[in-house]
Amino acid sequence: MQTLTFKRGVHPPDGKALTKDAPIKVILPKEDSELFFPMSQHIGAPCEPIVAVGDYVKVGQKIAEAKGFVSSPIFSSISGTVTDIRPMLTPGGAMSPSIVIKNDGKMEKYEGLAPKDYTKMTNEEIIAAIKEGGIVGLGGAGFPTQVKLAPPPGTKIDHILVNAAECEPYLTCDYRLMLEQGEKLVKGLQIVQKLFPDAKAVIGIEDNKPDAIAHLSELCKDVPNMEVAALKAKFPQGSEKHLIKAVTGREVPSGALPAAVGCIVDNVDTIISIYNAIAEGMPLVRRIFTVTGGAAANPGNYEIRIGMTIKDLMDQIGGFKADPAKLIAGGPMMGPTMYTLDAATVKTSSALICFTAEEAFIPEESNCIRCGKCVEHCPMGLMPFMLNRLILQKNDDGFVKEHGMDCIECGSCSYICPAKRQLAQSIRAQKKIEGARRAAAAAAAKAAAK
Amino acid sequence: MDYPNITISATPHVRSKDSTQSIMRDVIIALMPATIVGVYRFGIKALLLIIISIASAVIAEAVYQKITKQKVTISDLSAVVTGLLLAMNIPSSAPWWLPMVGSAFAIIFAKQLFGGIGQNFINPALAGRAFLLCSYPTLMTAWVAPGPDAISVATPLAILKEGNPETLSSLPSLLDAAMGNIGGCIGETCAIALIIGGLYLIAKGIISWRIPVVYLATVFVLSLLLPREGSNAVYDAVYELMIGGVMLGAFFMATDYASSPITPKGQIIMGLGCGIITVLIRVYGGYPEGVSYSILIMNLCVPLIDRFTKPTIFGALPKAKEAKKA
Repeated sequence: MQTLTFKRGVHPPDGKALTKDAPIKVILPKEDSELFFPMSQHIGAPCEPIVAVGDYVKVGQKIAEAKGFVSSPIFSSISGTVTDIRPMLTPGGAMSPSIVIKNDGKMEKYEGLAPKDYTKMTNEEIIAAIKEGGIVGLGGAGFPTQVKLAPPPGTKIDHILVNAAECEPYLTCDYRLMLEQGEKLVKGLQIVQKLFPDAKAVIGIEDNKPDAIAHLSELCKDVPNMEVAALKAKFPQGSEKHLIKAVTGREVPSGALPAAVGCIVDNVDTIISIYNAIAEGMPLVRRIFTVTGGAAANPGNYEIRIGMTIKDLMDQIGGFKADPAKLIAGGPMMGPTMYTLDAATVKTSSALICFTAEEAFIPEESNCIRCGKCVEHCPMGLMPFMLNRLILQKNDDGFVKEHGMDCIECGSCSYICPAKRQLAQSIRAQKKIEGARRAAAAAAAKAAAK
Repeated sequence: MDYPNITISATPHVRSKDSTQSIMRDVIIALMPATIVGVYRFGIKALLLIIISIASAVIAEAVYQKITKQKVTISDLSAVVTGLLLAMNIPSSAPWWLPMVGSAFAIIFAKQLFGGIGQNFINPALAGRAFLLCSYPTLMTAWVAPGPDAISVATPLAILKEGNPETLSSLPSLLDAAMGNIGGCIGETCAIALIIGGLYLIAKGIISWRIPVVYLATVFVLSLLLPREGSNAVYDAVYELMIGGVMLGAFFMATDYASSPITPKGQIIMGLGCGIITVLIRVYGGYPEGVSYSILIMNLCVPLIDRFTKPTIFGALPKAKEAKKA
């Protein structure tokens, strides 16, 4: 099989050996523990609670309604009593108003849930069912899936890509899902294909997971218009734009979405969750979560209930074997660090990486030596060293002119920099400043128009 | 906070093993074959000059940084590289203080005054060499033949420049030139040793092939087009590659990070420019050798080259659209 790839990128050590052979283990929240359901678990408008303190809720029952077009409802992942609505920390570091439910340990299933046969559903019904399944992009972005699957009229979609690259080092949750629940992935993909009958479905998997490639190739060999693409293991292959580039050769234009080049990209678990929501009637209430790193006592892949705290999970799987020096929510290239385990898992939580002091070592920054490695490796074709210099000079216009806003914040530049400069972080911060400046300018223009 | 020693930091949380120090160490390793041949050919005197040159460069950097209350960064080994390169660019007959003056000038005037590592707009070692060449022209061109007796000798380039039919017959053979059995600076004579070092740098990913390969190819082609002596044009063009400082320049000087282009296209232009200027000086110029000045002149063009050869970004919009957006 031909191995597809994109230009530039980096090869960080993959660290997957720690957990890649650990089968997914179900960990249920402790009885009487509190679970937290933040109203903002997705890109778009936060949800509004539709339950009140004192209500009894069951597994799969909707507890918060989507507000606005780009939004996604939230479901209880356990049965129990609503005890409070108060702000709670998410692994990403944000405080979000959350519904607090005390788990009664019975895991009673909500009665209103029923499996559906997608072949007998209209496209509109499928889209509605996906929305009512609370499905969002589970690769990390959390974009509501029903919005993605309903591109503006006139958009021609000819490729549905499953992002199964899992290019972040250490993470193995998607890999385990492919091996253990590959059938669901293929069936879920067929549901999406019904929406776009002319589109080819391609599952893109990095070639460091040969057994997943073999397994899924076998599963979809008799499925019409569906295939597996082997991708060269390279970071950031799992970037939406770079997956499209590798598989179709098309470049998503600067500032545009994948639909502009006829593609829709969804993560492995997103597709499986679509299957769960429709064919099994269970909305998004669980998630596959990798716990790994040198400080974790039992590195592995766990099926957890969304809303349980990371502390609850860690207590049940043996916690740490060494003092953790860094806790990363997600992959080591792009995941934010955490300062406490008292954070609620959300739909987009994918991993907890527990680094020892040695693994967490941060080298000291020194002068740029102009070696050009950041330019050689930037997957977006930017010149990070120059952006960094413009930022230090407070040259905001220069930053925009040198395409700073096109940065995908993958961190390849900081990874490769021999002078250990925090290139990606400086660019990320400047993007925020520029974004705020634009928002302020737009608000001013709007005020002036009135 | 649950864990007192927890670190909160920006992504990415993993870093590559390469460091400024490891890169400089690789450059030093790559210079070892030529250094060893230089010492073997020109004797213990050459070794002393090399040691003095390196020590002066390192001390100059440390003293300057101390005086200006900056962090002393000699452990990044970049001053060692500058000192070593400067020593390779002086003749073995030089007095002991010559590399001291050259190294101090290179570090203080070409490097530190412009902001230290990464900020120098010209190659420090070459700046040091150019300074010595115009200040002490006789000392800098007092070539001696390899061997213990230090018999003065003309370099092949000088013989070619003079173009005197009587002396032309005394040109060393191609093999002697390639193996470094000719007069010249300590580190420049053995083309084979320099090629080995250069290939090491390319294999390790420290430098790209673009500047050296384009540089050498340009010198080769132009030497074919502008033949000086002899009947076999190809032989003569290969000969031009083996003599003078072109190997040292192409692999180790023109590729200096701070003073060479970062963009792939820019590196090709750099190689091309260096090659053209080198041959023009060799054939038409007043000096027998043009490597130093060709690289220094191209160093000055680097900001301009980088500006006009920026890579195309991923998902670049067509020019018209881009203009409209702005």
